[in-house]
Amino acid sequence: MKRRTLLKGSLSAGVLGVAAGAGLLTPQMVLAAWPKAAFDAKSVDSAVKTLLGSDSLSASNDITITAPPIAENGAVVNVAVSSTLKNAESISLLVEKNGSPLAASFNLSAQTEPFVKTRIKVAKTSSVIAVVKSGGKLYSAGREVKVTIGGCGG
Amino acid sequence: MASNWKVRAQLSGDVTTVKALISHPMETGLRKDKKTGKVIPAHYITNLTAEHNGKSVLDALWGPAVSANPYLSFRFTGAKKGDSVKISWVDNQGQSDSHTVQVA
Repeated sequence: MKRRTLLKGSLSAGVLGVAAGAGLLTPQMVLAAWPKAAFDAKSVDSAVKTLLGSDSLSASNDITITAPPIAENGAVVNVAVSSTLKNAESISLLVEKNGSPLAASFNLSAQTEPFVKTRIKVAKTSSVIAVVKSGGKLYSAGREVKVTIGGCGG
Repeated sequence: MASNWKVRAQLSGDVTTVKALISHPMETGLRKDKKTGKVIPAHYITNLTAEHNGKSVLDALWGPAVSANPYLSFRFTGAKKGDSVKISWVDNQGQSDSHTVQVA
């Protein structure tokens, strides 16, 4: 019996460790809340809805995504998003076919230009989607990134 | 955590372009160690903020899909030469770091 309780004890400690690892237990130095549910969401719609409160996206030509059409290494894909939408409040980056589509979200201040550039992981050929929040509305644009693994870049 | 930083804030006209390269493993928690077969624990930056003279200009939420050794570039207005730009991050294991540069 003792062995059982010990097992149980260590099991729950393990679960606790995982919880801490996944960010459930808030570290002391967290600067702002981290929306775990949005990052865990399995579809673009639910990630956007959890993060931004709405999933009604209007396609916009005022968002420009710069990404390579063919990425030989899906672990490092350069993506830049810029927009001419006025009063952009946030820019979110999602990769449609990733297990968890939400990659990053940037909240902008009034003096920040609607432009971010970063590197993200793209698991397989997928559409990279940028969602810009402006004036309480959500605008989106997408761009296909082809990921070639082990090939010769073709 | 001591880490390597490469941060530049360059003023051009009215716009300051900030480029930052941070050294961080950004482990997703899905990869396995090839030798031991054990899952490598998730270790990634969750929050990153940038401040201009103490005022927040960018507040980023990151997931594990941001590449290892993350690169970030953004632009903001209203800075002068010599102003401070401070970038700080926190990861899911509670580690944190910050780095301050002057606008050049």
